[in-house]
Amino acid sequence: MRSAIGRVRGLGSAKEGTHHWWYQRLTAGANLLLMSWLLISIARQSSFDYAAMRMWMESGWVAIPMALLVVSVFYHFRLGLQVVIEDYQHDESRVVLMVLLNFFVIATGAVALFSIMKIALGAAA
Amino acid sequence: MASRNPARPLSPHLQIWRWGPHMLVSILHRATGSGMATVGTLLLVWWLAALAGGAESYATFRDVFTTEAGHLNVIGLVVAVGLTLSLFQHMMTGIRHLVLDTGAGYELKTNKTYAMATMVASVALTAIFWLVMGLN
Ligand code: HEM
Repeated sequence: MRSAIGRVRGLGSAKEGTHHWWYQRLTAGANLLLMSWLLISIARQSSFDYAAMRMWMESGWVAIPMALLVVSVFYHFRLGLQVVIEDYQHDESRVVLMVLLNFFVIATGAVALFSIMKIALGAAA
Repeated sequence: MASRNPARPLSPHLQIWRWGPHMLVSILHRATGSGMATVGTLLLVWWLAALAGGAESYATFRDVFTTEAGHLNVIGLVVAVGLTLSLFQHMMTGIRHLVLDTGAGYELKTNKTYAMATMVASVALTAIFWLVMGLN
């Protein structure tokens, strides 16, 4: 994706530049597909009780796109909130908030993926 | 970073520009993205964990947002409409961003039209979504 001059320019103190921008766009495209899938799937559900929801998410056709959605959306908002923090926080609080953001996205992401896998892989039990 | 010179000239900020729909949707994109990333993420994770946890924890989750009869209560309505409207608005302004990234849509009139269109589309899509949900 990058020209020779672009690569050389990326050798400044930050060592990169377009990476963040590009992944924000890549995940935006993936979010668009996966979120459309989720909205349509939810709209087509006739029941939201426990048994119906479990049966729905036990299927690989739901568990896999759901896991992909979590990865794509969480990566996307991790990049997005970084920009928001950089725009408004100019002192040490920026570092603190970035650390908190990383903790938040990793912790919530882990719980989300574990829950999806537990439902899908525990299907037989 | 820490030692900012207060006398340094800053680039023009909000109060300099004449208001237009492009500014509004730009702010909406940031507000909806940040809102979904925090409130939306916590709710999504809670929903998934409650479902994985078993019938009891799922019932606890449902009881917060629904009435005995199974309809959305006030909290449920606010959260559900708020999140879907935010998602559709961010989705539409997100598509607008991707279009602008190609270098298209910068003429004043076109730009204004696109910005207005994102808001019309997000309200319409939210209404259609809940109409379909209500019919099921
Ligand atoms: C549905 C499909 C989505 C699309 C097409 C999309 C598109 C985009 C694009 C293109 C940007 C970059 C804007 C810029 O460079 O100024 C962005 C930023 C962002 N997105 Fe999304 N997005 C989607 C879903 C989501 C979701 C579900 C979340 C949260 C859970 C989210 C959170 C954010 C945040 C926090 C930002 C940063 C906002 C800012 O810098 O002002 N996005 N999105």
